[in-house]
Amino acid sequence: MAETTTKDSSQAVQPQVEMVRIKINGMEVEVPKTQPDPITGKPVPTTMIQACAMHGVDVPHYCYHPKLPVAGNCRMCLVEFGMPAVDRNRQPVLNDDGSPKINKMPRPAIACATAIAPNMEIYADSDGSKEMRKAVLEFLLINHPLDCPICDQAGECKLQEYSYEYGQAESRFVEAKVHKPKQVDLGPRIMLDDERCILCSRCIRFTRDIAGDDALGFFNRGSYNTLGAYPGKSFDNNYTLNTVDICPVGALTSKDFRFRMRAWFLKETDSVCNSCGTGCNTIVSSREEVIYRQEPRENDAVNSSWMCDHGRLNYKWQASDTRLDAVSARRGDVREVIDWPRVVDELSGKLQSFAPGEVAFIASGQMTTEEIFLFRRLAEKFGGLRESFPNVGEGDHLLVSADKDPNTNGLFITGFTPAGEQGRNFQSIQDGIRNGSIKALFVIREDLIARGMDAGLLEDLQLLVVSDIHRTPTTDAAHYILPGCAHFEKRGTFINVKGRLQKFMKAVEGPGASRPEWEFLHELVHQTTGQNGFSTIEGLFNQMAGEIPALAGVTWASIGDTGRSVELPGA
Amino acid sequence: MPEEYRLILKHADEDGYTPDIDCYMRHGGYETLKKALAIQPVEMDGKQVTPQEQIREEVKKSGLRGRGGAGFSCGLKWSFVDRRSGKPIYLICNADESEPGTFKDRQIIHKDPHQLIEGMIISSFANDVHLAYIYIRGEFPEGARILNKALAEAREKNFLGKNILGSGFDLEIYVHRGAGAYICGEETGLIESLEGKRPYPRIKPPYFPAVLGLYMCPTIVNNVETLCHVKHVMNLGAAEYSKLGTPNNTGTRIVCISGHVKKPGYYEIQVGHATIGQLINDFAGGLHDGRKLKAIIPGGSSAKVFKAGEKFKIRKKDAEGNDVEVEMDLLDIPYDFDTLMAAGSMSGSGAIIVMDDSTDIVEALGNISDFYAHESCGQCTPCREGSLWMSKALNRLNSGGGRQQDADYLLKIADNIPGGRTICAFGEACSWPVQSFVRKFKDEFEAKGAAAEKSREESAPQPVPAK
Amino acid sequence: MTGKIFNYEDKRREGNHRMAQMEDQQDFVVPSGLESEIDELITHYPEKRSASLMVLHALQEKFGYLSKQAIEWTAAKLDLEPVNIFELVTFYPMFRNYKVGTTVIRVCRTLSCALGGSHKLHGHLCSKLGLDPGEKGPQNTPDGKFTIEFAECLAACGTPPVMMCNDDFYDNVSNQEADKIIGKYRK
Repeated sequence: MAETTTKDSSQAVQPQVEMVRIKINGMEVEVPKTQPDPITGKPVPTTMIQACAMHGVDVPHYCYHPKLPVAGNCRMCLVEFGMPAVDRNRQPVLNDDGSPKINKMPRPAIACATAIAPNMEIYADSDGSKEMRKAVLEFLLINHPLDCPICDQAGECKLQEYSYEYGQAESRFVEAKVHKPKQVDLGPRIMLDDERCILCSRCIRFTRDIAGDDALGFFNRGSYNTLGAYPGKSFDNNYTLNTVDICPVGALTSKDFRFRMRAWFLKETDSVCNSCGTGCNTIVSSREEVIYRQEPRENDAVNSSWMCDHGRLNYKWQASDTRLDAVSARRGDVREVIDWPRVVDELSGKLQSFAPGEVAFIASGQMTTEEIFLFRRLAEKFGGLRESFPNVGEGDHLLVSADKDPNTNGLFITGFTPAGEQGRNFQSIQDGIRNGSIKALFVIREDLIARGMDAGLLEDLQLLVVSDIHRTPTTDAAHYILPGCAHFEKRGTFINVKGRLQKFMKAVEGPGASRPEWEFLHELVHQTTGQNGFSTIEGLFNQMAGEIPALAGVTWASIGDTGRSVELPGA
Repeated sequence: MPEEYRLILKHADEDGYTPDIDCYMRHGGYETLKKALAIQPVEMDGKQVTPQEQIREEVKKSGLRGRGGAGFSCGLKWSFVDRRSGKPIYLICNADESEPGTFKDRQIIHKDPHQLIEGMIISSFANDVHLAYIYIRGEFPEGARILNKALAEAREKNFLGKNILGSGFDLEIYVHRGAGAYICGEETGLIESLEGKRPYPRIKPPYFPAVLGLYMCPTIVNNVETLCHVKHVMNLGAAEYSKLGTPNNTGTRIVCISGHVKKPGYYEIQVGHATIGQLINDFAGGLHDGRKLKAIIPGGSSAKVFKAGEKFKIRKKDAEGNDVEVEMDLLDIPYDFDTLMAAGSMSGSGAIIVMDDSTDIVEALGNISDFYAHESCGQCTPCREGSLWMSKALNRLNSGGGRQQDADYLLKIADNIPGGRTICAFGEACSWPVQSFVRKFKDEFEAKGAAAEKSREESAPQPVPAK
Repeated sequence: MTGKIFNYEDKRREGNHRMAQMEDQQDFVVPSGLESEIDELITHYPEKRSASLMVLHALQEKFGYLSKQAIEWTAAKLDLEPVNIFELVTFYPMFRNYKVGTTVIRVCRTLSCALGGSHKLHGHLCSKLGLDPGEKGPQNTPDGKFTIEFAECLAACGTPPVMMCNDDFYDNVSNQEADKIIGKYRK
């Protein structure tokens, strides 16, 4: 998992931090004197390991994690270092050329917990530092099982990586290894292999200090120390799978992913979770059009390095067998499969046959901003009522938002539904159908029957067009079914509850004839209005940004990998 | 022959001396406390010096060094305390006596508990401490009872509680019991244990107890014997006190002698006024008849071993104050802090373990290593893995599975643990014995390994000729 | 001259390896007197969690060991998670998450006592109680009267060998002395 510190340029300007000159591996550099504490955000002294990371020097480590409190237990990041010499009166000793004389300190320091100081010299690559690393690695390996061929962590294991770099091929260890519990069922989503555990305590710190569930601990003592949950108590909060991400070895594994695929076969795609309005940044791992896992991607402005278990595992619907994979038109009682050019032609014609106001449009916060933008265009052309529904559930203290749609702000910012007005037109639309003033409905990603609309009322419509990705009672009632794409299967943007505009990439192909909604919406807009549009997502986005004041000056490219904040309407 | 000089244990073994407060007070107990509480602020160099500052200055001037193991200056330790944080300052008495070979604090606690309490009250007063703890090892249930009784007696007489003896000073002291963990003798491990957590020593920096100790407040952790000495420093005055012992090694020290001697026991001497040889042969009655000295561990089991007959070149200051190098026999080394350190070991907790020539040195080291493997808290890698590795290797060597190369094998493990690679000094404690035993008695380790190899070779099944 | 002082029988202690498991004690009830004592102990500390060890000592003294119920009771009492207490119970060898005999004999194993004959004492006691002298970890007699185990340094190195029977301390224990002590506790 990426551990680099990302700078968020759109965040409030940091107060000016004093810079300190130090040397890293002989290279003279400047580093800020303080860094925000990962938990409290208060400025705390910059540590050696942070200073090194800022200048591209990776100090090997296991227990240190930039987002967790420092433990200092693995000792892998021990480095030799030098400090300016002082005489008996605490005055600096100078070299002949007037520069401060640096003395190599007799004892090493752990880079993760040692604050930098002016003129400090860090010898991260010295022979002494390397020797210490090698020794720590040997200690970590003596009781570690050599089961890499069947270990899920293989390929992304820090023990493997550093062994390759610093280890020795042959072990001197001739004693019996310590045996510990294997295949410990830690919770509904996590398996633990205690023999692989290197006791770094990352998982304990995460669940205690970040998730707020003090559920894990070490039992026994010394080399027999064993990680576990309280016997009989399941490790089951909504953030448990993050411990799998931060486990530097294969001790904690995801039940969902274990033994399913070797990590090195996976293709990684940057994505955004659509399970709630937070929009956690994710990496979707797939192979041959099958998604195998979703993991959080670091974004300090949104989800730090974490995501909830619900969102992480909420990718299976993408491959469910209720997916719609064919375009179809209902002729009487017969549903005929047709192709996209034909459906666009037929729909353009039919839509234009209605008088202004006779077609109503229903969108969803599951749609991308670009799709909502085009849909609004279409709705404006036909002068119809527009509606979308709030999707509210329970939020939590950490990441989960009460807004269960990823792009409610997309509805607001495009003006499809003004902020605070979701659900207000539903009654008028139903009344309109009843009294005949509304004759057609165009629905995207919404099951109206589940929203409480009488199925019989849908039967009264002259035209019901529904685009969705799964079969629903509403799609069953539709005259035209337009199979759309899951966000894993297309590109686009969501705007999260805090106004963060974020883009996601395409990980896999959609099933059958399914098609990104913006593509057919673009064609419908083109055919019904004669307006030209863009047939690429970049062009479409840039066009939209040109028309929506809140997005002024933003381009697809300038959104960046971790998004940017936009001004929300009414904010 | 030098004599014992009993300061701390002055009354402890007298006939009829009991641990109750009346007996203590009949022997002048709590008079020093009264004296300390009556100290008035004075003007010095135009500055007001508080009674507390005066006591701290006395302790500093006395040269008192910690009796727990490291021998660090008590006055200096107190001077590091963050007095500006606005947070409460805590004092903890480290009564987790657990360095193998040491049994001095047991004597004080069982026989003269009020002396410790008086020392603690004075130390607390001097450091503006209002809540103090005695962290006593779990294996001293009787000691805990005695201390609790003594504290109740002191409370009864208003030596503890609110407005002590009308001075306006409040203090409460509680006994906290450990439950069998050597690591709780390490001050930050002790603090974690007292906070109700696994006693994992804290990383330093940033968690120096003087700044971020108990409950992240400034904290002083002193050994039982050290706190008793504070009372005597205040009783005698720093000038008189520092006449005891030798320069930079002031006061008295209770030396515990165990192992192969005729009269094992504890002997209180002026620091440096007796040599190792005198301690073993005169105080402890010498070795058993017909036995010869083989090895001495001079400061608790983690101190580096001395081999009988070893000679040392010790840097000393002569009468004119010049550095000179003196050659010294092991038995002529004066038992103090500095000379033992100069000889490559330490006086540690003041515990001498004597081994005669009946001792299998490999087995003795095995015993020590088993202790450290059992006591490693397991928090940091080198100590956790290294201590058990060494113990397993020694067990193998001692039960017939050795190899000649095991001596070097052990050294390589031991050399990768100390020197600041671990969170606390346990890394040194577990590796120093191995480093010193194996280096000084290498022939015995190699011989044992070679013998095992030979015996395996001889008992190996002979190849059966093919038919 | 090997193996005389130290017991290096082939069967060696597997360190302090205890399983993370617990005894069920259905009839666990803390008497009100003990609970008041515990409540008083808690007042000794600015933070409740600090009282953990003292509460566990109090419960173990009463029940002989620390059951699942005792651990959970302690956690609830101190506003902690049971895992916080279980971490302690499994760390400290004096706490027992398993049932023991009425008398727990702890023989000091460490160097000075070993030099002074503690392995012989341990061996003698084990034979006397019908237990395995090669086993360093805790062993219970079938009648539930005794548990014997080696303990690390009991800090009485000048009078070896030493042992404790529950809270009672004995030093300079000869084999004959040991027989007498066992006799005393067998009653």
